[in-house]
Amino acid sequence: MPKEHANWSPYDNNGGTCVAIAGADYCVIAADTRMSTGYSILTRDYSKICKLADKSFMASSGFQADVKALQKVLSSRHLIYQHQHNKQMSCPAMAQLLSNTLYYKRFFPYYAFNVLGGLDSEGKGCVFTYDAVGSYERVGYSAQGSGATLITPFLDNQLKSPSPLLLPAKDAVTPLSEAEAVDLVKTCFSSATERDIYTGDSVEIIILNASGVRHESEQLRKD
Amino acid sequence: MVSSQNESNLLSSEGDSQRTQYPYVTGTSVIGIKYKDGILMAADMGGSYGSTIRYKSVERLKQVGKHSLIGASGEISDFQEILRYLDELILHDNMWDDGNSLGPKEVHNYLTRVMYNRRNKFDPLWNSLVLGGVKNGQKYLGSVSMIGVHFEDDHVATGFGNHLARPILREEWREDLTFEEGVKLLEKCMRNLLYRDRSAVNKMQIAKITEEGLTISEPYSLKTFWNFAAFKNPTVGAEGSW
Repeated sequence: MPKEHANWSPYDNNGGTCVAIAGADYCVIAADTRMSTGYSILTRDYSKICKLADKSFMASSGFQADVKALQKVLSSRHLIYQHQHNKQMSCPAMAQLLSNTLYYKRFFPYYAFNVLGGLDSEGKGCVFTYDAVGSYERVGYSAQGSGATLITPFLDNQLKSPSPLLLPAKDAVTPLSEAEAVDLVKTCFSSATERDIYTGDSVEIIILNASGVRHESEQLRKD
Repeated sequence: MVSSQNESNLLSSEGDSQRTQYPYVTGTSVIGIKYKDGILMAADMGGSYGSTIRYKSVERLKQVGKHSLIGASGEISDFQEILRYLDELILHDNMWDDGNSLGPKEVHNYLTRVMYNRRNKFDPLWNSLVLGGVKNGQKYLGSVSMIGVHFEDDHVATGFGNHLARPILREEWREDLTFEEGVKLLEKCMRNLLYRDRSAVNKMQIAKITEEGLTISEPYSLKTFWNFAAFKNPTVGAEGSW
């Protein structure tokens, strides 16, 4: 007897866009706050950013229930790490953990598109970008989610990151100042909001540097 | 011709007969709003069996413990199962006898985990739930779907309510609504749903939960207005049609 096909999907796309930019001594992580399903907006005021450790912030778009479950798993793994090692996880360590956690569900993936941003052990900005099953790479900047295709080419143009194939390896972090990078991120979101129906309402921006964490928020178009 | 063999239970439809494929008896939209003193929730009392309105006295709003109120749309039998889970949850909470009681935030989180875990097993509880309540002066209103998507907001709705009620609420909801204003606003949304949602029935309940406690109203009906020119003489301009 032929197998019946389910008439419901365990996945949904709740939309949204995430961006992160690494600087010489700072990191900017940003995501819009719109949560949608189909052509409806569920809420205009939903954070996609999660603090995983003192120096690691993860922004994730995609299927919200999976994103929340992923954030929970990573937060609790970090808590255990702190109990066992009596210190916070470094951003590159968290990056590897996220990759392994995603691949663990390789055959029923977390439908989450992640950008991990933070400061490495030298205090330099670091950004890691992922696909849904855990392949990752350290980069100077990244965008994920529904507006990523609109933002990435703009960032390529403005940040002119050196090719990762160059030898000797050139630093990918941007020479822009913190204020310039934050302004660039705001520009990215207001542009993406114009053309991507799933991006809008407002953008939540986290700025990480040696002095700590700062929050900024900008209103975006609500249509 | 080789006849199909008995495959292992994991792959065959034998094991699948235990999993939810589609809903049978369903409830339509639930709407919830925060107002000055707490939460207001509305739902009609219909239980549809496909296109038949089979049951007209289904209570889709229920109390959960001291501080919370749950409203459900979707498969009614799955809602009854959820009420059994919640009953056990509240019972165990009470058995601690430590003066503490689960608030709406905790119940919402519990429901989210239940729904998500069932979705992970490919055997969902086919419901969209609204969870509201007040504890220690803090108002809370949240929603969970059958695949575990959850959020909280000042106003929420399930199903058709997202399309027909939320836009009204986005225009007219305010932080400091009085009880009367809140009821009027919910009735406006429910009337809109009655006109446009074919699974809606004209018999509804409104529930109110505040720090003081919870009340679920007696069932009542809304007045409807068909006094539009287009309805009075519908075939004018197309004589012979009906």
